[in-house]
Amino acid sequence: MKARLRKLPTTLAVLLFWTALWALLARLVGQELLLPSPLRVLEELFSMAGTEAFWLATSRSILRVLAGLLSATVLGVLLAALTEYSALARQLLSPVMTLVKSTPVASFIILALLWLGRDILPAFITALMVLPVVWANVSAGLSGRDRQLLELARVYRLPRRRVLRRITLPSVLPHFRAALRSSLGMGWKAGIAAEVLTVPPHSIGKNIFEAKLYLETPELFAWTLTVILLSLVIERILLRLVERIGQKGGGEAAEA
Amino acid sequence: MGPSGCGKTTLLRVILGLQRPDSGAIGNRFVRPAAVFQEPRLLPWRRAWENVNLVLSDGPDTEGEARAWLDRLEVGEAAELYPAELSGGMQQRVSLARALAAAPDLLVLDEPFKGLDEALCERVITTVSRALPEAAILLATHSEAEAAALGCRILRYDKGRFDV
Repeated sequence: MKARLRKLPTTLAVLLFWTALWALLARLVGQELLLPSPLRVLEELFSMAGTEAFWLATSRSILRVLAGLLSATVLGVLLAALTEYSALARQLLSPVMTLVKSTPVASFIILALLWLGRDILPAFITALMVLPVVWANVSAGLSGRDRQLLELARVYRLPRRRVLRRITLPSVLPHFRAALRSSLGMGWKAGIAAEVLTVPPHSIGKNIFEAKLYLETPELFAWTLTVILLSLVIERILLRLVERIGQKGGGEAAEA
Repeated sequence: MGPSGCGKTTLLRVILGLQRPDSGAIGNRFVRPAAVFQEPRLLPWRRAWENVNLVLSDGPDTEGEARAWLDRLEVGEAAELYPAELSGGMQQRVSLARALAAAPDLLVLDEPFKGLDEALCERVITTVSRALPEAAILLATHSEAEAAALGCRILRYDKGRFDV
């Protein structure tokens, strides 16, 4: 916290620099349609934030992305556990995960649009982006557990639950945190991109699409700013949550 | 006892069920084995007392019991420290405390007194033998004095054979 406070003046100065540059460019261009000024975008954002539709759209989009994140996280952890104990499962799943990771998100969105409803598709796309990252990282955490400690648990015949809490969880949590850190932003952006292409009702993506369609550039910028701000806030909250779970799992909790 | 590389550790691992023998089988009637390996094998993310607590069954005051074992192994002052903050000898004594706390009926010790000075080593050996009067203790060592102090029957081992 102290370090963050110490960095605050620098962060603010950097922010101010880029905003000033943006304002200067907007003034040079002189056309709101091409590049609105930061002040105009903020004005638009505040005006949007005063409407019920804004909050409905943002809350629905957040819910869709969170649903995708949660399902991918649960599935990723379960699949990592499966592939840790089954070489066959690992051989079967590895190429699928590589394929998912290397396929452009737009291809998936268009393909999935053929199979899924547009209301569920953004969650599915988010899950698809997050799943391989969670799976790969948790798998690395599981296979990187200290073999000597696992032997120790075998010798002392420690109950499975205690091994899970005292050895497995502390080994996997750093990898899990890293997975969330690297995939949260990606999942959020993919979810919003899917919304833009599928325009589900009450969504940020639909509003971005319409702002582009009607050449409402300040509104387009304001929605984009909303996406960035929400991404930062959600990432912070979720990572804090994972930290707390980590502390509980590896902390002074009662013996299993 | 046996020279370095003769297979003492491998034999102990086979007895503990951590390694399969190339041939034959090991009959083991022990139900509560414990071991101290050449390396302390402590959980790096746990304090010393919590490492001892790891092997204690649920109970009202397992923390007190864990701390008491650390005291008996003369490492009680380090109860709150993490393994990385302990010297090699202290880590080994925490590992011994953990083994004794498990109240084993078989205690396997693989050169566990390395890094302890002579006087401390003697006191630790006394603590071990007093703590587990009924347990079977298997000790792999290069030191005849350590084996004698523990009251062990000495078997010389080399290349898979005992010279009794």
